[in-house]
Amino acid sequence: MIMSDMSDGTSFFLKNVRLVDPAHGLDEDGDLQVEQGRVVSYGSIALPKDGRIPVLDGTGCIVTPGLVDVHAHFREPGFEYKETIETGSRSAVAGGFTSVCVMANTDPVNDHPGVTLDIIRKAQDIGLCRVFPIGAVSLGLKGETLTEMGALTQAGCVGFSDDGYPVKTSRLLRRALEYSAIFKRPVIDHCEDRDLSDGGVMNEGWVATELGLRGIPNASEEVIVARDLEVLKTTNGRLHVAHLSTAGGVRLLREAKKRHLNVTAETCPHYFALTDEAVRCHHADAKMNPPLRSEEDRLAIIEGLRDGTIDMIATDHAPHAPFEKEREFDQAPFGIIGLETALSLGLVLVQEGVLDLGTLLYLMSVRPARVFGLPRGEIRPGGLADLVVFEPTGFMEAGVPEFRSRSRNSPFRGRKLPGRIRMTFVGGRKVFDCGEGKR
Amino acid sequence: MNDSLRTSNLLTIGDLSPEEMEGIFRTADSFLDLSSRTVKKVPSLRGKTLVNLFYEPSTRTRTSFEIAAKRLSADVINISTSQSSVVKGESLLDTVLTIEALGADGVVIRHPSSGVPEWISRRVQCHVINAGDGLHEHPTQALLDLYTIQKRKGRLEGLTVAIVGDILHSRVARSNILAMTRMGIAVRLVGPPTLIPKYLGDWKVDVFHDLREGVRNCDVVMTLRLQLERATASFIPSLKEYAKLYGISPAVLKEAHPDVLVLHPGPINRGIEIQDEESFREHSGILDQVHFGVGIRMAVLYLLMAGGSKGE
Amino acid sequence: MQYPDAPDLTSSPLSRILLDPSQIDRMIRRMAHEILERNQGVRDLYLIGILKGGGILAERLASIICAIEGASVPLGTVDITLYRDDLSSKPSPPFLKKSALPEPVDLKRVVLVDDVLFTGRSVRSAMDLLMDLGRPSRVQLAVLIDRGHRELPIRADFVGKNLPTSRDETVQVSLETGQEHVSLHRKG
Repeated sequence: MIMSDMSDGTSFFLKNVRLVDPAHGLDEDGDLQVEQGRVVSYGSIALPKDGRIPVLDGTGCIVTPGLVDVHAHFREPGFEYKETIETGSRSAVAGGFTSVCVMANTDPVNDHPGVTLDIIRKAQDIGLCRVFPIGAVSLGLKGETLTEMGALTQAGCVGFSDDGYPVKTSRLLRRALEYSAIFKRPVIDHCEDRDLSDGGVMNEGWVATELGLRGIPNASEEVIVARDLEVLKTTNGRLHVAHLSTAGGVRLLREAKKRHLNVTAETCPHYFALTDEAVRCHHADAKMNPPLRSEEDRLAIIEGLRDGTIDMIATDHAPHAPFEKEREFDQAPFGIIGLETALSLGLVLVQEGVLDLGTLLYLMSVRPARVFGLPRGEIRPGGLADLVVFEPTGFMEAGVPEFRSRSRNSPFRGRKLPGRIRMTFVGGRKVFDCGEGKR
Repeated sequence: MNDSLRTSNLLTIGDLSPEEMEGIFRTADSFLDLSSRTVKKVPSLRGKTLVNLFYEPSTRTRTSFEIAAKRLSADVINISTSQSSVVKGESLLDTVLTIEALGADGVVIRHPSSGVPEWISRRVQCHVINAGDGLHEHPTQALLDLYTIQKRKGRLEGLTVAIVGDILHSRVARSNILAMTRMGIAVRLVGPPTLIPKYLGDWKVDVFHDLREGVRNCDVVMTLRLQLERATASFIPSLKEYAKLYGISPAVLKEAHPDVLVLHPGPINRGIEIQDEESFREHSGILDQVHFGVGIRMAVLYLLMAGGSKGE
Repeated sequence: MQYPDAPDLTSSPLSRILLDPSQIDRMIRRMAHEILERNQGVRDLYLIGILKGGGILAERLASIICAIEGASVPLGTVDITLYRDDLSSKPSPPFLKKSALPEPVDLKRVVLVDDVLFTGRSVRSAMDLLMDLGRPSRVQLAVLIDRGHRELPIRADFVGKNLPTSRDETVQVSLETGQEHVSLHRKG
């Protein structure tokens, strides 16, 4: 890669690359010129002769709009030993993400505009990916009093969620959906009937029986999805179902969409990449909530992605320190990191032929950006140069030293996964280059 | 045929082949002879240190392991939750690593979290013996149950055993199901649907919700201890109703084989799992279980620990 | 080394048969007579074979003694595995064999019986075991083959045959009826 330093850092010329923008069905080989953070032109274009901007070689790579994650935990403020906005941002751009929504279960909880503004300011100072806070639905995530959604929206929150917990009561959910409609912001629900989960730590099934671990039944998710959909019907709000994991959940969503309810849903890579069998060998690194389900559920999730029932792939990037995960399975916290493996796991589906590349990228950038009203890259003249360049035939070794996240809790650790992120650009500025800055 | 164990830890009954289980039984026979001697000790674990690390209260299992280890001349240290550093917030792993650093050759561990012995075994060099982990397994209990059955019935293969009660929360049941099916015993699970796992996968078992039907013509009835808090958690409506539907009584035993053997891992909730025990004393194998438990645990400790250290 | 009286049944250069069934039978008979002579009859005599090699030999001795004296001698076997000092040099210890002692050893004239006497460590283990079992009035040792190389101050009272060997050889004794033989193997 040739670099010349005569630019403001937001212009470049990428040559010999495959251009893919699922927003308008673009998939062709050519070059791409970006100036001052915007795409100027693409296709077969002449190399600028004046040497004004750096020229990058994209041979063997795909350039596509930067990935958008609507569900991550950056843990700051309060749990900086797990992740910070800085390490989270590094992890995001290393995984090809240019916009990330961060959940409210920090300490203090993001239930106050002060916290929101703090997060946004820090993220801007770091200047890697774009960070969009999700505000809490209830004060302190306690499921009692609504947060000041107006003030939070004004401060920059793009949605509301008590993630980590379900919206506690049907009444609170109804009020939240009704009230958030004023600001046209979705309510994101972690769908789980805690009572039905009854202290469960993994999927209820044969593996749980064998390992002697308490199970979380599928019904635990389905019951709350059903509740949420029925409550949604009575409001003008928008509901977004977080981390869908069950076949039943997919079926409920499919029916709801037929009824034209204002609902969207996400799933996470681990729900289409793994089943509860992974718990046998990966232990607490395979512990998350909702849990890894059965093969039947995994296939239903993939089908949901194929037919559009599930709108997007989010990571539910949930860092935990090694000492928290390196312990008794039932005592370890739920959650795995996912920003740096998400695209690769999606590419596995492409390799297996169950999803085409355009659909995968649509699910990981275009669709989530549209649903949450986030900025996104576009390969068209004037389009925002939030872009990722990746080598589809390359590989990444999940784990240390590749991982930029402060935490390591991934069941994919040690696995060689397809696809290698070469560069990530936010507003035309290169924020990640796999050739530089290994931690 | 193997003439020793392939494994250096006993984490699950799945670690043992049928030949190895028979080898343990044969070894236990020799150890039982010891208890009739004046000098009840043999020097085979002389100089070795065994730590009983118990994160759950247990008198029988801990004592049984302690007697077994002492008869093999091992030095035994007992650590139980109340005195361990758990209270001080030290992590389990740190505790075990400390114990190992202090020179323990083996750790017998009982822990309320399933999978702990296996997890620990991958991080230490010393021998790890599972004395019950969460809802997962209790391999030495299954061995002594099978041994008791073999002693009383003269064989294992071809017998029918009914395991009665709270299968869902029972590590004793899990280990026994695996061990018994492996030894050619037909296993029946008897209990209310709330206390039997919904997903039985590879287990070759028959499930009964009616006790009399479940024990019909059985050679052995193994009843499990019911944790009394199951009633408050709505697994059963009341202890009274449970006792009525699933308590073992002389009338219920009439359905079983005339020479039926009744087992219970103890401690018994009298009047709940077992009623009128006096009247079927000759069928009870419960004290045999305790007696044979020491022999089985000696056999396990000897076979795992009398050799060189694990790393060699 | 070749023994003039050994039949040449060599099957491979690494192993040689040194004693045949009739030679072995004569040796055992002589040992039985010696035991009776030394102990002046069968009174309080107790033959205990060290498993696994001494079991059959003790049986043979007992039946010959019975035939000579017309009175039976108590006969037991002990598994000395638990008393061995070399357990920790093996990765995993063996399953135990069943010891059988029909009566207590207290006040008996115990004759420990083994097939081959080598380093003396098995005999040491057996004596420790005997002491844990009770208090015999006397303990004697009978072996079919004494091959030398003692590592402990132990000497047999009754020996079938002294057989000079080198350390890297092994002596194998089979007392299966009709198939009795003693053979010497050199490590290949």
